[in-house]
Amino acid sequence: MTYTWDFHSIWQNFDLFWFGLQVTVLYTVGSIVFGVLIGIATCAARLSRWRFLGYFARLYQELFRCTPLLVQLLWFYYAFPLLVGVNVDNHFAAMLTLSLYVGAFYAEIFRGGIISIDRGQQEAAAAIGMSPSQAMWRIIAPQAIKRMLPSFINQSVIQFKNTSLISVLSVADLAYMAAVVNGQTYRPLESYTVMALLYLAILVPVTQLADLLEKRMRTSD
Amino acid sequence: MTDLARTNDAAFTGPVLQAVNLSKNFQKLQVFQNLSLDLQRGEVVALIGPSGSGKSTFLRCLNMMETPSSGQVLYQGASVIPSFRDRGDQIGIGTLRRNVGMVFQHFNLFPHMTVLQNVCEGPISVKRMPKAEAQALGMHFLGLVGLAEKHDSYPSKLSGGQKQRVAIARALAMQPGVLLLDEVTSALDPELVGEVLDVIRTLAREGITMAIVTHEMAFAADVSSRVLFLDKGRIAAEGSPDEIIFNPSDERLSNFVSRTRN
Repeated sequence: MTYTWDFHSIWQNFDLFWFGLQVTVLYTVGSIVFGVLIGIATCAARLSRWRFLGYFARLYQELFRCTPLLVQLLWFYYAFPLLVGVNVDNHFAAMLTLSLYVGAFYAEIFRGGIISIDRGQQEAAAAIGMSPSQAMWRIIAPQAIKRMLPSFINQSVIQFKNTSLISVLSVADLAYMAAVVNGQTYRPLESYTVMALLYLAILVPVTQLADLLEKRMRTSD
Repeated sequence: MTDLARTNDAAFTGPVLQAVNLSKNFQKLQVFQNLSLDLQRGEVVALIGPSGSGKSTFLRCLNMMETPSSGQVLYQGASVIPSFRDRGDQIGIGTLRRNVGMVFQHFNLFPHMTVLQNVCEGPISVKRMPKAEAQALGMHFLGLVGLAEKHDSYPSKLSGGQKQRVAIARALAMQPGVLLLDEVTSALDPELVGEVLDVIRTLAREGITMAIVTHEMAFAADVSSRVLFLDKGRIAAEGSPDEIIFNPSDERLSNFVSRTRN
């Protein structure tokens, strides 16, 4: 079988790819920001003295870590509106689901980092009169963040790729726009190859940077 | 009453730190029962006893690092409540710990901070002291423990003995009324014990009030004005170093002392 690669029609539609890429970056960055906030709150609940809060946080984490993201997206867009009787915009459903999904994983990364810090650090901070929150932000968190950074970056890289699933809710991200270009040009090989290369082009520098960061942190210990 | 009036009040003549009928149990395990201690200003009290006698847990109750199961801790006559903040005439854990410093067996220096930052952390973030003032104070106490030239190093670059001396400087920088030392030489290589004990001897000469849990009998005898022998969660003997360590009357005590002295 001979196939002649022809990127001509792809270049003509490159503005569509560019638009999709921007949407993908927007949803990634947005869901990471919300996810970090949700993750901090969930982690605080898990570590809280109030057991009830911990159980509640745990339930949320299990729901979002143990069901597929695709299933969650479909549920929040098609099922959730029936449950609450309010129409949910697809952009809202996408951002909400992505944030809740990644927040559940971030919470576990944050918690792991914090409980890995020696108990003596908390005691030493307390012994000079620090309040629990001072001890957390001045002593525990700076050490924990350093330890959790590799897993955090890794989860964020996965998140970038996971945003491709929001195309099923007709959010015009990179994956959705590639399908649009394919529909217009009938050039699936070119359309989907360019899409894959664009994901790759963003993430390779990110993972390289992460490796570099990790190496630098290891030497600073 | 303001914080200043309440703390480090030179005019206050009663015991600076008191434990009244303290008991501690973890679930069913009784660690100690009804221990009382009056610590006078300038006094150095050594707590000795076999492991499991409850001496470390008792010391940790004095700054509420462990919450006593019953009994009361008083700092300069004010009773301590198990909440962080003060309430009325009662002082909270925060105020207590600003005035009762502690040094740990495993140093617990903050690894992400330099030596000077470790020492200045309390004055800056707890006492809200201006940075320049805190640094001058920090350098003063680093000088006292003989580590002024290490102020820019990170803890990971120090020997065990140096780490412990920094930990002592960190506690002193809060200018506490009392210093609690919890087996501060137990994690050190034998050749590094001396430098830490020398620093503590200096503090005793300077008139710093201290309660010391230790296994070093000769040191306890040398530095303390009073020795408490704890056994099975009770004060089995109490007196001057001469009475307790050199001429023990009690049989268990004399067994313990002869096993650990040398």
